[in-house]
Amino acid sequence: MKKYLLKRVFYMALTLFLVATITFFLMKLMPGTPYSNQEKMSPEQIAIMNQQYGLDKPIWMQYLLYMGGMLHGDLGTSFQFSNQPVSYLISSRIGASAQLGIQAMIFGIFFGIIFGSIAAINRNTWVDTSVTVLSIIGKSVPNFVLAVLLQYYIALKLGWFPIADWDGFAYTILPTIALGVGPLAETSRFMRTGMVDVLNSDYIELAKAKGLSKFQIVYHHALRNSLIPLVTLIGPYTVALMTGSMVIENIFSIPGIGEQFVKSILTNDYPTIMGVTMLYSAGLVAVILLTDIIYGIIDPRIRLAGNGD
Amino acid sequence: MEEKMKLQPEDFQALEVTTELDAEKIAAPSLTFTQDAWRRLKKNKGAVISLFIVLIMIVLSFGSTPFVNRDTLVKSQPQYANLPSKIPGVNINGLNGKAEVGGVWVDKYAQAGVPKDKYFIFGTDYLGRSLGQRILYGTKISLIVALVATFFDLTIGVTYGIVSGWKGGRTDNVMQRIIEVISSVPSLVIVVLMLVVFKPGIGSIILAIAISSWTTMARMIRAETLQLKSQEYVLAARTLGESPTKIAWKHLVPNLSSIIIIQTMYTIPNAIFFEAFLSFIGIGISAPETSLGVLLNEGQKNFQFLPYQMWYPAIVLCVLMISFNLLGDGLRDAFDPKTRR
Amino acid sequence: MAERILDVKNLKIDFHTYAGEVKAIRDVSFHLNKGETLAIVGESGSGKSVTTKSIMGLLASNAKVVGGQIMFRGQDLLQKTEKEMQKIRGKDIAMIFQDPMTSLDPTMKIGRQIAEPLMVHKNMDKKKAMAQALEILKLVGIKNAEERFNNYPHQFSGGQRQRIVIAIALVCYPEILIADEPTTALDVTIQAQILNLMKELQEKIETSIIFITHDLGVVAGMADRVAVMYAGQIVEYGTVDEIFYNPKHPYTWGLLNSMPTLSSTKLEAIPGTPPDLLDPPKGDPFAARNPYAMKIDAQKQPPFFKVSDSHYAATWLLHPDAPAIEPPAEIIRRAKIWREIQEQEEVARNRREKAQKEAAKGK
Repeated sequence: MKKYLLKRVFYMALTLFLVATITFFLMKLMPGTPYSNQEKMSPEQIAIMNQQYGLDKPIWMQYLLYMGGMLHGDLGTSFQFSNQPVSYLISSRIGASAQLGIQAMIFGIFFGIIFGSIAAINRNTWVDTSVTVLSIIGKSVPNFVLAVLLQYYIALKLGWFPIADWDGFAYTILPTIALGVGPLAETSRFMRTGMVDVLNSDYIELAKAKGLSKFQIVYHHALRNSLIPLVTLIGPYTVALMTGSMVIENIFSIPGIGEQFVKSILTNDYPTIMGVTMLYSAGLVAVILLTDIIYGIIDPRIRLAGNGD
Repeated sequence: MEEKMKLQPEDFQALEVTTELDAEKIAAPSLTFTQDAWRRLKKNKGAVISLFIVLIMIVLSFGSTPFVNRDTLVKSQPQYANLPSKIPGVNINGLNGKAEVGGVWVDKYAQAGVPKDKYFIFGTDYLGRSLGQRILYGTKISLIVALVATFFDLTIGVTYGIVSGWKGGRTDNVMQRIIEVISSVPSLVIVVLMLVVFKPGIGSIILAIAISSWTTMARMIRAETLQLKSQEYVLAARTLGESPTKIAWKHLVPNLSSIIIIQTMYTIPNAIFFEAFLSFIGIGISAPETSLGVLLNEGQKNFQFLPYQMWYPAIVLCVLMISFNLLGDGLRDAFDPKTRR
Repeated sequence: MAERILDVKNLKIDFHTYAGEVKAIRDVSFHLNKGETLAIVGESGSGKSVTTKSIMGLLASNAKVVGGQIMFRGQDLLQKTEKEMQKIRGKDIAMIFQDPMTSLDPTMKIGRQIAEPLMVHKNMDKKKAMAQALEILKLVGIKNAEERFNNYPHQFSGGQRQRIVIAIALVCYPEILIADEPTTALDVTIQAQILNLMKELQEKIETSIIFITHDLGVVAGMADRVAVMYAGQIVEYGTVDEIFYNPKHPYTWGLLNSMPTLSSTKLEAIPGTPPDLLDPPKGDPFAARNPYAMKIDAQKQPPFFKVSDSHYAATWLLHPDAPAIEPPAEIIRRAKIWREIQEQEEVARNRREKAQKEAAKGK
């Protein structure tokens, strides 16, 4: 198990190194320029600016400096906000994004499990059909469309929640729903399929033959067995939430990473783009490793196989 | 239980053995795999309706090219700006050219001096361009993006997967590491980086989606190829000395076809979403070109006052996504009866 | 006469499928005596599993009981509600399934799985239930029971898992144990162990067993009585000796003929396939595969003809007017053994009577 983990961490580091390298050289290929008012600047001014940002050095040097800096958390300086380190930009904004992401994940998975189980238990009834229809719609309606609709009808028209900004729990509710509906729909579909499978299995038949009630069967046997595979969804959800946050944070004016990322793209702020890309990749790789470990912990079959490794 | 019956002696004559042959006859006609899948798909109402909708959208958006194209798109008629829907023969407020202004329904068409026989079924945008035409064009862009993403899925994804699974060993290891690196960056971030490097536009979007979309397909194909590789009939073909290319075409691709079809049906809505998403946040397709995402972006700005400008493209986008998702589910059930419940 | 613990009368079950109503069970009657083992034998699709599932009240949702009764303790199980059946299942009537590899919950420790019926049916607290579960785990012959009590199913072999399934079934000391092909999925060497265990436990726990199998070979050492099922009906039933050495139904002949014995040089298969129960034949369902079929077989279903007090068979061949036919060689060989058994019994009986008479005289 230890050996396996070490191997995984090594590959993680290798992956991140490659991502950093590729991103770095891609950014160097960029046609845009970091200075929005370059036409007005004299060549001397540009040279000074280049020197300030280290852009006068040869590319390989810039690369080594960048990689070296990254090792101790230095992601360079933002072009957009002069003299602001990217690491500061990120750390000041990560709280909002993390809260939104975690809330949306919990919201989606929790209600997805409930809806999916209810659908599976009442298979081929109107309940099942409605859950299936709703989850298809939830999966198909883009989150930014939903966000705009929620913002207009629930916040502006009905006035139930604040329209935008980030200042307390009430502000988080609409963005959480907009971001969480996708995972909710996916979880409910996945859960339904898994639970139907489990309910048709021999050990559920044996549980029935033991004289357990329907509730006992679902609660003691079916639920746990159909929850285990859900862990594999956490990785893809992380991707979906990172992606979604880019647009949801924009619509609801939330001071998070996603909003910053879009702003940086529109202003050609390379160091920030690279920093956020690295953050996203590191986060995703960590989540994937974590879900693998969790899977091993909750599934006794894998737990043993892992020990034998 | 025992009973006495009056039976005739001829009742006890031996029975001719013709019936045995009948018992062995199989009544149902045999169907090929595709026929069988098609039969199952036809039973799925949602999938059939979706297929129908998708076909209509394809025909309408591509068939309208002579009337709706880049040249007509840029023609603005500022005097017709922001007109609501007007549908011939319909007299429901909001769909008859009237809009609510300060609590009163006003005939916007009369105000703007639009000729009596001119109708904008989906209204017009802020430059007086027909929203219907723009939606039609946007749908075409979405479908083109989907088509190209599918093409790359099928070429790069399938080939990569087969090669990786078939070669195995070191090649497989290296190829899998490459996929691992690509998929440890959220694909939208890859797309964004591509768009930063290349000039935003439909070409870059397609290229960006192409680079990021094939990895899932490649992974699934690889896993299945690994399984197929050890099947007896493939082993037999190998021992008989058939070339790998021939084995791939004759034995692998037909057996992979259901996975390929199902996975493609997941790529399509994804690609459509990507395009809309990127254009919506302003780093995808931009004016004068248009797409559903661009329309949504423009519509969102005026949502409070002119909600139809967002609603119409949103509905079209959602219907497109729902149709492809339902069709995908239908195909999965049809091709993989094991998962059917 | 032995006490009847279970009495199935004229059971009829249909399955609703997309193609129509499949008449899976067509008028099946049998009974189970206290303490005995009844084997129900038949090929797949003959309806033996459906019959037992209807006793447990575990029929699939598309199955419908069209008629009949299942009497247990003077009450018809088919009239019971789901709640009432829950109280009977696992407590009075328990079941062992075919595949031990899939019939245990992979995510629950086996101790807990064995204790579960006790907590449900006997209102035991967890500690007491676990203690009793451990006892039964020892009883079914799991070594190091204390340690293995907290293991998960995947840590056991197939034979061990079937022992655990048996432990779950017997933990409440049920009156009836239904074993649905309990050894089919196991290796032959393990099969014998499991069969011996079941016989041993039957005596200890005083339970009656309904033993479902397609393998006549397993039946010989296990059962007291045998019922042969074909196409949703029982075609012949009797004591194990009667079925093995004096069978009367051509289908039973076919089954015996296709079973390897020490003397057999060639295994005879029964030609053809069972009839389609969507539209069951009017006459004898076996007629199409029966080399001895007569015209009447195609027209009319045969009633049960009595062979002895315990032995009945549903074939027109037993009709007094039916022509004499020559059964397969294997059946003639068995008939010879049957006569020897009869003679031995005759001798034994005479000796007993003589002894009784002498004893009476002596008084």
